[in-house]
Amino acid sequence: MSAAVALVWSDWLGLFAHFLVLSLLAVGGAITMAPEMNRYLVGDRGWLTDAQFTASVALAQAAPGPNILFVAVLGWNVAGLPGALAAMAGILLPSTTLAIAAARWGAARREHRFVRAFHAGMAPLSLGLLLATGWVLAEPSRGSLAAMALVVATVAIMARTRLSPIWMIAAGAALGALGLA
Amino acid sequence: MAEAAAVDTGAPRSPRSPRELFAVFNRMSLQGFGGVLPVAQHELVERERWMTREQFVEMLALAQVLPGPNIVNLALMFGDRHFGLRGALAALAGLLTVPGIIVLALAALYGEFAHLPRVAGALRGMGAVAAGLVIATALRLWPTLRGNPLGRHASALVGAAAFVAVGLLRWPMWWVVGGLGMAAVAAAWWRLGRR
Repeated sequence: MSAAVALVWSDWLGLFAHFLVLSLLAVGGAITMAPEMNRYLVGDRGWLTDAQFTASVALAQAAPGPNILFVAVLGWNVAGLPGALAAMAGILLPSTTLAIAAARWGAARREHRFVRAFHAGMAPLSLGLLLATGWVLAEPSRGSLAAMALVVATVAIMARTRLSPIWMIAAGAALGALGLA
Repeated sequence: MAEAAAVDTGAPRSPRSPRELFAVFNRMSLQGFGGVLPVAQHELVERERWMTREQFVEMLALAQVLPGPNIVNLALMFGDRHFGLRGALAALAGLLTVPGIIVLALAALYGEFAHLPRVAGALRGMGAVAAGLVIATALRLWPTLRGNPLGRHASALVGAAAFVAVGLLRWPMWWVVGGLGMAAVAAAWWRLGRR
């Protein structure tokens, strides 16, 4: 996968602006905006094929680091390193600014009844959403008994021990490579 | 904020410098296959002891309802709390720089190895473990709800409802955060006022 399209400056601006707009809509992570990115990059602009798009997302999820890096891979596949930087800057700038502002606002008013109520009300919601994320991530494993066993074993081991998660990932990779997942 | 002036957050320990923030967030990011959040919980709460479990849940809750990736928001908030903007940027850079280089290198090489069955198998295995790690993190943090002003049963109900709405019914996050979230905040507001 490499840069295939020659872009003019208005294209750069378009790429940057597209991710800039999606940034503030991406509650629950940038991946919730993937259908919209697909529509723009594949459908509207024809910068990527569907297969390239899907492979970009899968690759970023398999690599270490936050899944948001799939946006960098999309940008890279459109226009190499400058494309990756433009896309990442666009997706990060607005949400980053908002996160810092919101955290400061909340920290300055920690004892306010609203801030305390916000934390109290959102905490259980947040754990429910985390469970839901795990459930959705387990979707591809549900077709295979061995993969489901691996999900369950990971939950059982990690809920009870302080083992570093990296060991479980390594075990999963090894079992998978041997055809056992 | 000066580097030496550690912020008292009630956690057992604090990061000493933006450089240390960069190093720790970089280390956690490099271990985060299929999601960095479980590693973040392990590193920040159990290994570095920079946060208590309760503080982690509190920050995660805000990170989740704001737009943007949870782990990125969490890194920004944590860095900002300790060293202001410099801390936020150090944590963010730690999270994204080296993993970003790795993922782009992989993207450049992708065609070479994508078709190998062992590679596909390893990715499947890692995907299954990544799902398990996220579920385990949620279960581990669940006991922090015991001290919630909503009460133990009501907060467990809110958590379960969020799971059903987003995980099983696949309702859009917006609706769930706006509807269920605001209802839970309103209930907490009312409970806090009665004390």
